[in-house]
Amino acid sequence: MKLKCQKCAKPATFHITDIEHGKPLEYHFCEEHARRHLAPSAEEQAEQQLAGKFSKDSPALGGALKTEPSAADRRVCPICNISFLEFRNTGRLGCPYDYEVFRDELMPLLESIHEDTRHAGKTPRRAPRNTEQQTALIQLRNDLNRAVAAEDYEAAAKIRDQIKAIEQEQSARRTAPS
Amino acid sequence: MNIDDLTRTSGEWLRGTGPESDIVMCSRIRLARNLADFPFTNRAGRREKNEIEAAVAASIEQGKIELFVQDVNNLSNLDRQFLFERQLISRELRDAEGPRGVAFSPTEDVSVMINEEDHLRIQVMHSGLSLGSVWDRINYIDDRLEERLDYAFSPRLGYLTACPTNVGTGIRVGVLVHLPALVQTKQIEKVFRALQKINLAVRGLYGEGTQASGDFYQISNQQTLGKSEQDLIRNLSEVVPQIIQYERGARQALVGEQRRQYLHDQVSRAYGVLKTAHTISSEETMLLLSSVRMGINLGLIDDLEIPIVNELFIHTQPAHLQKIQGRILETDERNVARASYLRNRLSNGRHDPKNDG
Repeated sequence: MKLKCQKCAKPATFHITDIEHGKPLEYHFCEEHARRHLAPSAEEQAEQQLAGKFSKDSPALGGALKTEPSAADRRVCPICNISFLEFRNTGRLGCPYDYEVFRDELMPLLESIHEDTRHAGKTPRRAPRNTEQQTALIQLRNDLNRAVAAEDYEAAAKIRDQIKAIEQEQSARRTAPS
Repeated sequence: MNIDDLTRTSGEWLRGTGPESDIVMCSRIRLARNLADFPFTNRAGRREKNEIEAAVAASIEQGKIELFVQDVNNLSNLDRQFLFERQLISRELRDAEGPRGVAFSPTEDVSVMINEEDHLRIQVMHSGLSLGSVWDRINYIDDRLEERLDYAFSPRLGYLTACPTNVGTGIRVGVLVHLPALVQTKQIEKVFRALQKINLAVRGLYGEGTQASGDFYQISNQQTLGKSEQDLIRNLSEVVPQIIQYERGARQALVGEQRRQYLHDQVSRAYGVLKTAHTISSEETMLLLSSVRMGINLGLIDDLEIPIVNELFIHTQPAHLQKIQGRILETDERNVARASYLRNRLSNGRHDPKNDG
């Protein structure tokens, strides 16, 4: 199956291997993001440095962006495929499940931003649902995007049926008297 | 209801009523919410964003929540700028790409942005220092939306947001305050530093913090995790009266015995220019309106009402002028149109606007 660009939903048509500190690092990009990766504009470089403040805020997150990505940086969310390094670069997480996946890295960051790591406010009126189903849906939607990008419509149709089945189950439970 | 209808009205938050409304233009709360079944907006594809927009629109329709849903993606640049100037959408939503929208109430006190940094950004604004009523309203809207939407929520971390700076309550509690006297007496920096020390953020009317934004400043909380919504509202509610007191003190110093005539002169000249100019920039308009607004509150101008001045701050912005005129205007044309609009609105019917030429 064809890979999706690491930065956007387009298919990855450029596969770049950078040698950083003697180790190969693979990137998969669409044309535009490959160009940006190889020749980032001054503005993007400034942006990256700004985003680097997240790492400075929290000693637990380790060194600056220019250094070799640590093991934590390379960890990838199995649900939305974002790496921790991508989060550090943009300051944005990819899906709700990231708070679980990157828990060890995020907790010190939350402590330094909010001086607290435990919610003390409002709770949704309805009990939170089956989180397995929620993350399964995000993952299936991701798979669907890839299947469509790869023009594998047979797989896409199957994934769509799976999504529909979970959604129907959920809406049936929602309308059922509690 | 459509966007063009808005040119004939103005938001409830500009009414100039409510406690301390001479200094507190409005109180504002926003809540960040995400749907549990989707990646955050920055990782969502076009199809997913469409589904999110449709799910939110359906929850509003089926829940019979009185909000008008407006698609933003297919709007012209002018209409997007218009919604931004009205504070119904953020800079980020204005400039983003892909499926996104906004739902707002007829009085414009509620706005729900869809596919902003978070899937939902719910905002409520009321005139004056009225954070209690703002919270009641936004809490109600949040509950109504949640009847048909599954929010991303964890018992430990609260509402899960795309940026960890918003996680927990997802709340930003703020007031928009008019502080011309603190600016003029050069005490404003001191106040900002004091606010930053207690973890409050200060921004200008449209984000930037310059005098060109009419001496308006938004003061809001930064912490969102570990404190309840009520605690965060209380924190801000306790600080705002002190800022009001500083501003009143500075105003009294400006109208003190020796200096009264200078302030009166400044206010009257500002009013005079606004009533008679034939071309005027947005920056100068904001600066002069700010003087006039303070002048009214100090009793130095008695033939103009605060709600009209509040409205002029918004209606003299570039996109508003173009919507009112019904056509695209270049900067020079806008400055002429702005001056003409101001002369009309400030003439108080004492003379025929047609004679203004």
